[in-house]
Amino acid sequence: MLPDLSRDEILRYSRHLLIPEVGLEGQKKLLASSALVIGTGGLGSPLALYLAAAGVGRIGLVDFDVVDSSNLQRQIIHGTGTVGELKVESARDRLRDLNPDIQVDIYNEPFTSENAMRIAKDYDILIDGTDNFPTRYLTNDLCVFLGKPNIYGSIYRFEGQASVFYAKEGPCYRCLFPEPPPPGLVPSCAEGGVLGVLPGTIGTIQATEAIKMLLGIGSSLVGRLLLYNALDMSFEYVKLKKNPSCKVCGPHPEVTELIDYNAFCGVPGLGHDEGSAGMDWDISAPDLAARLQRGEKVRLIDVREPHEVQISSIPNEELIPLGQLASRLHELDSAQEMVLFCKTGVRSTRALEVLVSAGFKKVKNLKGGINAWAREVDTKLPIY
Amino acid sequence: MSMPVIRIPTPLRTYVNGQSEVTVQGKTVADAMENLLTQYPAMRPHLTSGDGQLRPFVNLFLGEANVRDLQGLETPLADGDRLLLIPSIAGGWED
Repeated sequence: MLPDLSRDEILRYSRHLLIPEVGLEGQKKLLASSALVIGTGGLGSPLALYLAAAGVGRIGLVDFDVVDSSNLQRQIIHGTGTVGELKVESARDRLRDLNPDIQVDIYNEPFTSENAMRIAKDYDILIDGTDNFPTRYLTNDLCVFLGKPNIYGSIYRFEGQASVFYAKEGPCYRCLFPEPPPPGLVPSCAEGGVLGVLPGTIGTIQATEAIKMLLGIGSSLVGRLLLYNALDMSFEYVKLKKNPSCKVCGPHPEVTELIDYNAFCGVPGLGHDEGSAGMDWDISAPDLAARLQRGEKVRLIDVREPHEVQISSIPNEELIPLGQLASRLHELDSAQEMVLFCKTGVRSTRALEVLVSAGFKKVKNLKGGINAWAREVDTKLPIY
Repeated sequence: MSMPVIRIPTPLRTYVNGQSEVTVQGKTVADAMENLLTQYPAMRPHLTSGDGQLRPFVNLFLGEANVRDLQGLETPLADGDRLLLIPSIAGGWED
């Protein structure tokens, strides 16, 4: 027997109690249920808010970041007043204000193979709100091992995907995408940008699916992938089937323990960070400034998109967006010194690879991109 | 000649001059993809590996069905058929 609702709870959840599909029994179920929300960013914000408002009795929040003002364009659980605070604490305080009757557990740590099992094992449902490949594969595999549903959502600029991966009843994420992409082949992760309301839409769809699963009502997204495009305002579905040779949920699994994948949005090569091409290929912003000051002839190739040049630029730069580089190699001269740059160094490292594989040698990557230039050289330039 | 339409997802539109859909010739999925990549060579490394196989983080759907569950790359195409290119996406990577 689930505990009865108090007078206050009956008032708080009255709009749920009025729907026969939820009703008193459903609301009691929600209050007795638990959900782990991984990430309190763009997707995690609306997710956690709606789960708390709906009265999901115990919500776990995993994150290890602090609130930054560039988050507030989309991460609506945080606010100007919590900039600089731990995201899990900022989010917990907002949820407590929204619904003081539920329990919020916070985990201020990166979600990895070391702690994932310990953190997740006592929750009914896992929801990945981080939208990065390492956490996505970790959450998928973990859910397969634990036999729990994994509420999936992902976004890029104007486009989103959502599904429920539940190996007991249908396919898992690896049935569709067996392996994460190798570094460098995923377009513009950090630099891709996103319409702020898009994670609101997809995160809310994830919250909807989570609440339906916890209540046991409706038709879930198990076996279906939702494709949303905000610019076209289109919703499309494709059918997903269990892959009989799936590496993790198939009958002969190759993946039998949790894996930490790293640095997907970085670039090929070993031992370097995101935004860096490796020691010999990098030039720092102050070093580049010194070379230009000495009057050295260096062509500055900006591989960003035209709309980004309006935000910030370096004098005498030449714009060749990364997507056009391969077809505009004839505009470059391999005898000349060149420095490639973008926003943070991710795209320019990819551009560097294009040039090096085409035989260019006198080419360097501005480490940390124009944002590093704005921090270390021209401090009047905005950082974006 | 069959002229299927290929839907290009946002992350790959930069390689096809920003178009959301591209119409190509092709009697099979393999034909249509080869014609797409011949027309837009910058896209090739993102979709196929060195041996010409479709990369594992890209899926092709004909209507609602994964071509893998049909006849794979040999799946025949008719005029106006709509092929959806669905890559794995991850927009949440923060600096």
